[in-house]
Amino acid sequence: MISISGLLGQAFAILLALALAPLLSGWVGQCRAWLQSRSAPPLLQPYYMLQKLFHKDVVLAHGASSLFRVAPFVVFGCMVLACAIIPTLSTDLPLAPAADALALVGVFGLARIFISLAAMDVGTSFGSLGGRREMLIGFLAEPALLMVIFTLAMIAQSTSVATIVETLAHRELVIYPSLAFAGIAFTFVSFAENARVPVDNPATHLELTMIHEAMILEYSGRHLALLEWAASLKLYAYSCLGLALFFPWGIAPGDSFLALVAAIPLLLFKLSIGGFLLAVIETISAKMRIFRAPEFLGTAFMLAVLGLLVRLLLEARV
Amino acid sequence: MSTPLSIDALLIAACAWLAVGLCGLAAPRNTRFISKILFPLGALVGMLVGLTALAALGGPAQTAVLAIGLPDLPFHLRLDKLSALFALLLGFAAAGISIFAAGYFREGEGTAPGVLCLEYHAFLASMLMVLLADDAYAFMVAWETMALSSFFLVTTNHQHAEIRRAGFLYLLIAHIGAIAILLSFGVMTGGAGDYSFAGMRAQELSPFWASAAFLLALAGFGAKAGLVPLHVWLPEAHPAAPSPVSAMMSGVMLKTAIYGLLRVSFDLLHTTIWWWGVVALGVGLVTALFGVLYSTVQSDMKRLLAYSSIENIGLIAVGIGLTLIFHAYRMESLAALAMTAVLYHCLAHSAFKSLLFLCTGSVLHSTKERSLGKLGGLIHRMPWVAWLALAGVIASAGLPPLSGFVSEWLLLQSFLFSPGLPHPWLNMVVPVAAALVVLVAALAGFAMVKFYGIIFLGQMREPGLKDAHDAGNWEKAGLAWLALITLLLGILPSTVILRIDAATRQLLGTGLADKLHEQGWWMLAPISPERASYEPMIFLVTIASTLLLGRWLVRYLYHGRVRRTTAWDCGYYFQGPRAQDTAEGFSQPIRRIFEPMFRMLRHFPTARDTAPHYSVKVEDHFWYWLYLPLARLAARLSTLIATLQGGRIAVYLMYSFITLLVLLLVARP
Amino acid sequence: MSSAIPFSAQLINLFAAVILLLAFAMLAQRRILALVNLFALQGLTLCLATLVAAVTTSQVHLYYSAGLTFMLKVLLLPWILHRLVRKLNVKSEVEALINIPTTMLVGIVLVMVAFNVALPISELSHTITRGTLGIALAVVMLAFLMMITRQKAITQVVGFLSMENGLFLAATSATYGMPMVVELGIALDVLVGVIILGVFFFQIRDQFDSLDIRNMEQLKDN
Repeated sequence: MISISGLLGQAFAILLALALAPLLSGWVGQCRAWLQSRSAPPLLQPYYMLQKLFHKDVVLAHGASSLFRVAPFVVFGCMVLACAIIPTLSTDLPLAPAADALALVGVFGLARIFISLAAMDVGTSFGSLGGRREMLIGFLAEPALLMVIFTLAMIAQSTSVATIVETLAHRELVIYPSLAFAGIAFTFVSFAENARVPVDNPATHLELTMIHEAMILEYSGRHLALLEWAASLKLYAYSCLGLALFFPWGIAPGDSFLALVAAIPLLLFKLSIGGFLLAVIETISAKMRIFRAPEFLGTAFMLAVLGLLVRLLLEARV
Repeated sequence: MSTPLSIDALLIAACAWLAVGLCGLAAPRNTRFISKILFPLGALVGMLVGLTALAALGGPAQTAVLAIGLPDLPFHLRLDKLSALFALLLGFAAAGISIFAAGYFREGEGTAPGVLCLEYHAFLASMLMVLLADDAYAFMVAWETMALSSFFLVTTNHQHAEIRRAGFLYLLIAHIGAIAILLSFGVMTGGAGDYSFAGMRAQELSPFWASAAFLLALAGFGAKAGLVPLHVWLPEAHPAAPSPVSAMMSGVMLKTAIYGLLRVSFDLLHTTIWWWGVVALGVGLVTALFGVLYSTVQSDMKRLLAYSSIENIGLIAVGIGLTLIFHAYRMESLAALAMTAVLYHCLAHSAFKSLLFLCTGSVLHSTKERSLGKLGGLIHRMPWVAWLALAGVIASAGLPPLSGFVSEWLLLQSFLFSPGLPHPWLNMVVPVAAALVVLVAALAGFAMVKFYGIIFLGQMREPGLKDAHDAGNWEKAGLAWLALITLLLGILPSTVILRIDAATRQLLGTGLADKLHEQGWWMLAPISPERASYEPMIFLVTIASTLLLGRWLVRYLYHGRVRRTTAWDCGYYFQGPRAQDTAEGFSQPIRRIFEPMFRMLRHFPTARDTAPHYSVKVEDHFWYWLYLPLARLAARLSTLIATLQGGRIAVYLMYSFITLLVLLLVARP
Repeated sequence: MSSAIPFSAQLINLFAAVILLLAFAMLAQRRILALVNLFALQGLTLCLATLVAAVTTSQVHLYYSAGLTFMLKVLLLPWILHRLVRKLNVKSEVEALINIPTTMLVGIVLVMVAFNVALPISELSHTITRGTLGIALAVVMLAFLMMITRQKAITQVVGFLSMENGLFLAATSATYGMPMVVELGIALDVLVGVIILGVFFFQIRDQFDSLDIRNMEQLKDN
């Protein structure tokens, strides 16, 4: 049942997520700059920005309603919950039963709804454009994500994220071809969900190509800080989820303190590699037109379905 | 805890509803009396129905015989767990809707308030009788009363031609459905002539006749529920009716059809054949996808919700299909899981869809506008309605921690077991169907963001909206009650499922309760906590505490200063309300991606137009592919037959005589 | 449960899955040169799968066929195709008759059909890799689909070759390869086929100034 060390581990995981998430964004930004032969911003730039934004006054548009002011907090809360139930260091998380993998998709969905509604709240042309596109990406990405989860859930006989990770991390060496499909599909989906390059560009302010930026255009001060923080938490959550599902080695199984400590450098190492690869992919690929996104995510969906079928054909019958 | 008198109490409640309705006739034009006294009384009766049914869920089945009707054909009534569950749904939804209606119905054009009151309460009473009926005769009488009273309610504003047309379409399809149901009952009696449900249960039908009965029931109840292709009446009738009536029809009446389908396929029929489930699953998937796609492209807020109801009925049918498949292969615990999802979604949908329809009612009253293109920014003028509608929107989008998510979660969990089906095709195709379910849920999110964002957020698209006012207290109370149900259904799934379980157990012989009893009330883990779990309470508390803590910390560490200015919008100068997305513009991506699914009539301006005008109209393929050809065929046949009609009585008599003669000659033993 | 499969069989399963993945990638690919490269990659994976099967079962002729696959499908044919594409100045976009997402949806359905059809057949086989029979069949069907839905003659040739890959995989997985003579014969066939088709392409282009196969509709008797 719930132990003191479990609670401590949980609190530590949340705090680590809050602390590391901006660093991951900064690292990706830095890698991108290197790869593009630009001089990179400092690694800690996201922290400076958060600090600055929190200090600033909130400048609200005249038409902004209370929903607009609540939304950043809700989005932030959703992301914190997501980070709390994804095993980063250990699978012994007291909060994990609150939401399994299906509910995790729901958490991201809730955040998406709130941010899209907030984007429509002020009533500007770009806001509603962003909200509409975000929902478009959402309904394209979710079926693919679900098929990935199905494949994994069939391997682990569970939809609980912690159980899946435990099964995958502590198995004998078995090759699951379906995992390869699921992994690629998951990568596609996480690019789309985190507003990364082939689908959206997190650094753009070119009007017609924005998705995420268009939605948070009217935000300022602490609200913007929270949304930026939430965005980096989402990237962190997806990275950790991908690492935990497809490269689960090193995640502590229980409440062993030593294993927990040993898991930290490994996590940092995995995240830095992952961030670097993300930057590489972002650099070598071009942003797609918005109506190529259905094709991109459709491919992800196909891959996930193929993974499921391959799982049923090759692995389930034995 | 059940009283032996539950069924009598429900009968008295039905009579009370009728009596309340008749009181309306006493003073048909006295709006004050009717709305402030009779409708709240009706709500009170609804509440009692709900509570009685809740008590009856725990007790044994009760029967009664009502000596009305034809001689030797009394009404058989029976209150078992399944009836009780749907009566619970009816009672609690009716309580909220009636309270709302107390504030809603005012002096106006159309039917006199007193007559409306009678129709409304007769509608409620007939739905209750449908749930209690235990023979085909009583069932059909109640069913037809329900159809007729709702027809009159739909045509409340009968001076508009389009509303009369919508009502006619509704009545037509309701009758086609009723015929199918009647035939289904006929098949199920197996020629024994015993039309009581007990008699039908005793019949052992051959697979062929059982399938015929099932398909007829699916068609008949599907017509009432709005399964494709018999859905066309729904988007016409719902917008035509006054909002409380739309809420009642969408929230409750559609569920009576689901009740009927469950009653026939799990109670009256013994055998279950696996392909029944495939048919239901397929029809459900098509319905759900069709409904949600069309709901995203609507420009009328009530039509949008009507299509969304079609989608939800589709999801329920998917669940029924899955239950049937599992049941046919004797995987009863999985069937119980899917069945729980079905029943849960019935409850959830009745609350959140009623809530949303009532919200459109408030908006309609306050602004006199139904078209999304002329609304906007109402959260500033109607904060109560807007925030309560948000609960409905989140539930309808199937998101945690509200009610829609629980049933969706259960449904997906049961899908996860479908690879274990001992059938080589099903175990590959059915899991992929789950992806479609998720697509539908995600598209529902799109539709709901559109619904909410365009009505309540943004700038007001018309100057007249500045005078909009929030709903009155009666209306607020009704909305708040339904929002409360939505919230409770969302955060207390275990508690609710323990109640639902009685009905599941009655239909399938097994349920989820044993598993749930072992766990805490806050936790939903239908198979085992290791397998899958969902704790909405913890979920809600975590998000809420992060929210509050975050807010407090930011204010404590920094400040809470706010300044107001004009919007930034990338520095664009023109920021009028017309710069926002229109309802059509918002759904443009859907129209583009799913283009073949729609029949679109578009008008593009040319470069030289001095007054450029763009319009797009989305129509239903089924109307042109199925209904219009059928109507033409009917018209052609009628003209053929009309040649018989010469106008001379002697000729008519001769027809009858010849018929008689032929019959006498042919039909000999 | 999975531990029942020996490691080599798992490897072959993995390679088979990758071949299927590549077949889908070819279906989704819009550029002709990339398509040829994907084909080469598919050949390489097939070669590796055969090699693993050879090592496990220590059947000598599987080594030969792996080598043959490598020479022919990874080196020679892609080289010929590359040359053809350059020489013919084919426009780099693949033109599809049906749009790509729909093609992929149809592809998924075909995979399901293939898997289900192959299931009873693979029960008859006793090799360790019989599960891949379904994948092999799926690859053949997908290649067929590619040939049907593409307009350029070159993409059709690639589809034809990919179909041969599928058949080869089927042979390897079901019976550890065909007899050597048959295999050599097929390899020669494929090679000659591609060379002849290459010559044909030049003729077609000279005739129509394009490689669009729709032009050939005019050739029918009226």
